[in-house]
This record gives sequence, C-alpha cells and structure tokens, in this order.
Amino acid sequence: MSKPFSGLRKAQVYLLFLLCCWCNAAFSDAIDFEQKKIQIALGAEPPDLNYLRATDQVSFFIIEHVMEGLLAYDEQNHLIPGIAERWEMDEQDARFYLRKNARWSDGEPVTAHDFVFAWQTVVNPRTASRYAFILAPIKNAERIIEGKLKPEQLGVKALDDFTLEVRFERPCAYFLNLTTFATYYPVRKDFYLKNTERYFADVNNMIFNGPYVLDEWTHGASLHLSKNKNFWNADNIQINEINIPYISSDPTVIFNLFRNEEIISTGLDADTIKMALQERMQIKKFNLGAVFYLEFNHREERISSNIHLRKALQQVFSAEELVYKVIGLPGNKPAYSLFPSWLDGEKEKFFKEHPAKKIPVNIQAAQKELALLKKELNLKELPAIVLLTGDSPLASKEAEYLQALFKETLGLEIRIDKQIFKQRLAKMSSGDFDIVLAGWGPDYNDPSTFADLFYSRNENNHGRYHNETYDHWVQIAMNNTDQKIRMHAFSEMQNILIDDVVIIPQFERGVVYVENPGIKNVTRRIFGGDPSFRYAWLEATED
Amino acid sequence: MKIFILKRCLYGLFTVWFIATATFFAMHNVPGNPLNDEKATSAEIRKNLEARYGLDKPLYQQYLIFLTNMAKGDFGISFTQKNRSVNDIIKAHFPVSAALGFLAIFFAGVGGVLFGALAAHYKNRWPDYLLIALVVITISVPSFVFAALFQLALVNLNLYFDIKLLPIAGWGSVQHMLAPSLILGLGTLAYLTRLMRSSLLEIENAPYIKTAKAKGLSESRIFFRHRLRNAVLPLVTVLGPAIAAITTGGFVVESIFAIPGLGKYFVEAVHQLDYTLIMGTTVFYGSYLVLMVLLVDILYGFVDPRIRMS
Repeated sequence: MSKPFSGLRKAQVYLLFLLCCWCNAAFSDAIDFEQKKIQIALGAEPPDLNYLRATDQVSFFIIEHVMEGLLAYDEQNHLIPGIAERWEMDEQDARFYLRKNARWSDGEPVTAHDFVFAWQTVVNPRTASRYAFILAPIKNAERIIEGKLKPEQLGVKALDDFTLEVRFERPCAYFLNLTTFATYYPVRKDFYLKNTERYFADVNNMIFNGPYVLDEWTHGASLHLSKNKNFWNADNIQINEINIPYISSDPTVIFNLFRNEEIISTGLDADTIKMALQERMQIKKFNLGAVFYLEFNHREERISSNIHLRKALQQVFSAEELVYKVIGLPGNKPAYSLFPSWLDGEKEKFFKEHPAKKIPVNIQAAQKELALLKKELNLKELPAIVLLTGDSPLASKEAEYLQALFKETLGLEIRIDKQIFKQRLAKMSSGDFDIVLAGWGPDYNDPSTFADLFYSRNENNHGRYHNETYDHWVQIAMNNTDQKIRMHAFSEMQNILIDDVVIIPQFERGVVYVENPGIKNVTRRIFGGDPSFRYAWLEATED
Repeated sequence: MKIFILKRCLYGLFTVWFIATATFFAMHNVPGNPLNDEKATSAEIRKNLEARYGLDKPLYQQYLIFLTNMAKGDFGISFTQKNRSVNDIIKAHFPVSAALGFLAIFFAGVGGVLFGALAAHYKNRWPDYLLIALVVITISVPSFVFAALFQLALVNLNLYFDIKLLPIAGWGSVQHMLAPSLILGLGTLAYLTRLMRSSLLEIENAPYIKTAKAKGLSESRIFFRHRLRNAVLPLVTVLGPAIAAITTGGFVVESIFAIPGLGKYFVEAVHQLDYTLIMGTTVFYGSYLVLMVLLVDILYGFVDPRIRMS
C-alpha cells in the first residue's frame, strides 16, 4: 500500500522540479535588485536608430540612452552640461568647451571634430535627414539643405580638439535646448565612413558616447542595453542593464506583462485603466507635450474659409466636454490655445503670463453667425462639411461626437472622412478637407515650435492660413533673443489664432501609466527619449 | 507526370507575376505617398529621398526596375524600417511565423484526428455531443478572443499561485511557442475534428470494413488498419491550404503574444504604405501559397493513385 504512494510522491517531486526548471528557463523578473537590472517592453521596433535621420519616439528613446550631445537634461528637465562642460553664447555665435574625459565606447575621445562632421552630414541633402531643419539657426544651414551651398560651408568649426565654435544665421534664443536633440549628436568620421548607409543599422555598426551601449538587437523581437563603462559619467549611472524582451503595440499585452511582473511599467488605455483601478495600482500621469486641435482649410474655395462658419463652430465647442465626457481618459487636458500649458514663458509658464481668451459656449450667438454665413453666401441650405480624421478609435470617437454636436446645435451636416495615416496626410497636403482633426508634437522647448505652424510659408500649414500680421509676429519672435519681446509676439499670435478662429484647440495629450514601486526617479520627458532611466535607481520595497 | 509538374510550375509562375503586377499598380494608385510624414520635408530632401527609392522615375520604369529586381530576388530597402532590406525582414521573421504555424498545424492535425475519432466512436452519445458543441464554439469564435482570454487566465493563475507556468508573451523558447501555436491551430483543429468524424462515419459501412469484420479482425486493428487510413485522406486535401493559411495568417495571434513574426510587417506595410515591403511580402506570400497548392497537387498523386490515373 505504501509503495505506490511513495512512487507517486516521487513523481510529484520530480514533476515539481521539472516545473521549476521549466519556469526558470523562460522567465526573468521586472527587476533584478542584485544585478541592478530592469526589464521593459517597447511599443514598436525602432525604425531608424541612425540619429542623423531618426524621427520617431521609439528610436529617440534608445538613442537617449546610448548617446549624449553638447548639453543634456537633468532629472527635472533643466539644461545641464553634457559633452560640453561649459559654453559662451551671444547673438552671433557660441563656443562650447568639451570635457576632455568624454569618450566613445571604444575608448577614443569625443572631440569637436565629431560634432563638425555630424552637423555637416545632417545638412548634406544626400543624407536626406528629415530633421535637418532643426539645424536652421546655424549659419548657411538652410542654403546647404536646399543644395545651394556645400556642407563644408556650415557655420561650425573646431578651433581645437575640444573647442567648438558655432556661428548663427540669426539670433536663436533656444539654441542650447537644441543641442540636446538627437540630430545634434556627434558622429566619428572614421567610423561613419566605414559604415555610411549601415550606420546604426545593427549592433556592430554602432559606437556610443552615452550612458549605455546597445549590445544585442534581434530585429522585431528584443534589445539589450548595458552600462557603457567608457561613459564620462558612468559612476552616476545606477542601473546596469536594461533588457527589452518584448515588442508589442497591443496595450493589453503590455499591461498583462506588467501584472505578471515581467516589466517595470505600462501605459494605460481606456480598458486597462479599469483593471488597474480595480487592483488599486498607483496611477501616474504625464503630459506628453502634444496639442490637438481642429484645423480649418483656409483655401478660398472651401466653405471653411468663411469666418462666420468658423466662429459658429467655435462657439458651440467645449474642450472640457470633449476631454472629460467623450475621451474620458485621465491625463488629457482641455486646451484653449495652440501653446500648451507646459511651455516656458519669460519667467513663469507661458499660459500664466499670457492666458488665452476662453470662448464660452453660446449657441444663440453661433446660430447668428450661421445665419450671417447663409446670407453672405446666399444659400438656404449649407453643403455637407468634410471632417477629415485618422482611423484610431480615439479619432473616430471624437469625429462622431463633433458630427452629433454640430448637427444638434447648428443643424450642420458633417461628413466624416476617415483615412489611414498616409492617406490622411496626402489629403491634408492637397487641401482635400474642410476641417481636419490635427495635432502637433513639439521639437524643442520654445513656443516657436508651435507658432511657426501657421506661418504662411510653413509647409506644415496644411490649411494654407495666410495673415500678414501673424507672419510679422513670427518674424519678430524669430529674430530676437529678448524673451520679453518674443513672448509678447507669441501672445499676439495666440490672440490672432483665437479671434480669427484659425484652429479650435481641443486637448493636450497626456498618458496615464503604472510603474513598479521598486524603481525610483524615472524621468518622463517631452523632448528626447521618454522615459529616461539615466537618473533612476532601484530600491527593494517591503511587501 | 513530368509534363504535369512542369505545366503546374508555369501556371504558378504566371500567377505570381499576376499577383505582383496587380499589387504594384493598385498600390501606386492608393492615395498618399510613402514619404509623407507628420512633419513636412524640404523640397531638396524630398527629391533625395525619392531618388533613393527610385520614386523620381515614371511609373512604367519603376515597374520594369521592380520586375528586374524581383527576378533577382531583391525587393529593396524598406520605407519604414529604414536600415533593413525587405529580404532581411522576410528572412528574419518568416521562420518565426513558420515555426509557429507548423506547430499549430501539428496540434490541429493530431488533435483533429484524435477528437474526430473519439466523436465518431461515441456517435450520438454524450462525448460526441460535447465534442461537436466544442467544435461549433471553436469554429465560430475568432482566435484573438481565445488568445486574449487565455493570456488573462494565465496571468491570473500566475498571480494566484505565485508561480510562472507558461510565458504570457514573447519569443525565444519552446515554452513561448506552446500557447500561441495551440490557439492559432484551434480553428483548424475544430474543422479537422468535424471532417474526421464525418469521414469516419461515411466509411463505417464500406464493404472493406465489413470484410474486415467478417475476417474476425479485432476492433482496434480494423480501426487503425482500415478505417483510420481511409478516413485521413480528405484531411490531406485541406491540409495544404491550411498550412499556407496558418503559417502566413497568424497576425492577430502574433500581435497578442508579442511574437516577432512576419504577419505584423505585412499588415503594417499596408498601413504605412511601405511600397517595397508591401511588394516583398505580397510576392513572397503569393509564391508560398502557390507552392503549397502545387505541392499538395503533386503529393495527392502519391497518396491516392486513383487521382494520378485521372
């Protein structure tokens, strides 16, 4: 009687042992406190890690961890010395003094020549870098990009190995901010010429000067970062390894991985936030920096070029209602201006120094505007208005809400034109819309990154808005470094945008997310790689 | 037989050419430009980008260049994965989809035969009813529902017992493959179960079974020797297209389990209007499907001599 029982026991123990081996083989935890290692997931495969050409958030995230520019951001997102330990700047030029202990991952020093070579390569039209325009404040950059001058004529020079001189095309108040941007990072000539088109295509085509090295990359599947021992500030980097074994754009999968304690953080969407709330997870939020708005087509042949129509729509729309009742996801904020609430002004935040005029909902006034429109156009019935939108669930929800809103309050017929990404862009460029659900993510911390959008010669001005007063203020902001004058100019532009109903601001995009309590001080960033683990550390919490 | 194979190969080539040409022109007629991005680029940079991808040439020239390169097996550089050639993408990710698919087919095949035989054996009794009910559910519910439910259940189990039994997503070990391949194969498994059951029942009263019974063979010998072998034949017919469909159609399951298969690239390519990747994956999948159908046609002749005769 006892024998088979003990046999069964043995089998059980053996099975359990197998199970444990099985389990250990395929898993690792979100945090390894001993080895100071963390595990995260990415939403997509980095499309292009060559930072001379990179344009997307996933690539910027990796680049932020493996590279460093002249200046960097600290954990409060203030500018601090990076490869340059000090600098001098005036309206005509700037000098950067590079630290002598900054090294590439192969031990070679990072020199001023590396910056000269990198910047000349970016503006070279043959490189076809989409972000080349961000070097525009540097002398001759725009003409080189247009193919009118040679890359060697760019206003940048290495005075010696560790001194970099930059001459400006026009005064640039925010140039120091720009030097933190990936497109401004250095490139070592000898290494680049060996790889050219393959530069940063695979781990063996890469060389780094930042806090980490990318030492494994299985395309589409996984990446692995280890601390760069040659980084000048390596002693202050606390986390030794960042492992990225999962790439998925499905928020539910990422959330499940987080619950299963395999990754340290996850963003939440409308579905997963409910589960997070049920499980009493501590939810954090972060303003991503982008602003969303209704952009009108101002081309003469479109009905949306009529100010009465735009005013009517402006007076029935409420950003609060859209954000709190329709979108209903915490993190997003109602927007009243093209300039979001996080932008710095002269001394305080811009929106505090220059608050935007709020337009209250007034349906009667809106209906009067509509009557004026009909009279002006001599029409009894208005034609259907085309609302161009993307195909995301959020965009669809918003479009349907607006369709119902404009129908109920003004009796307007709205035709929703839902398009996939590239087709929506094509229609925006060709002006095939009356209203489009648009948004803009900033490139640097200055209101001009938004204000320039409605400059009449800006190619991103899809509605072809043209207003000489507006252009005048853009020029003023562009050619001055006195922040008082500049902020006044932005404030004037803000008034025009509202009075002339160039756009109807909707919301500032934010995210809500949860994070493993064992990791501290992860920096969220509007610019550059987000999130950043440069200043993060690990601390085991007591359960 | 040789002429038959040669003929089928030629038909296959023609089909692939037709797929490629139709896709090429349809793709270029879709509004939108693969080089458009949220942020506009200057004219000079745009010209250089167009030159890099050959978009500066007239369409007929682009088509001729595409055909020449296709004949060489080169599909160019992807528009979205800017440093990777389309060939590299297919080479890296198709084996993943294929491994997942073949395991799924294995589960479906073994499970289908087993459950089909069980259902047939217990005809019109409760195991049969139960299995058929399950089959109906599995065929009607799409695989992504099972995938999501399974993942959720697994996480909850892991949390409840504080043990990690199976990975809930990712790729790299045999454990990672089990759940997704099983779920990917479920639909086919259900279909094969039903097919196997009806096929077994159909031959129940065939003369050769009666003969076997009359010879006094044991029940199990009759089953394995005579009934099973004959009943499996229709399964082989559907297996060819099923292999092609499963090894290429795992997009949703791949996405839910964060598996680096080719499906994701195929779907994303269309969304992003990635010309080279669209052409590469379409031609590749097209040729693969044509090849599978061809193989089944040829295999058929070997499996069932009656077909070869006709």
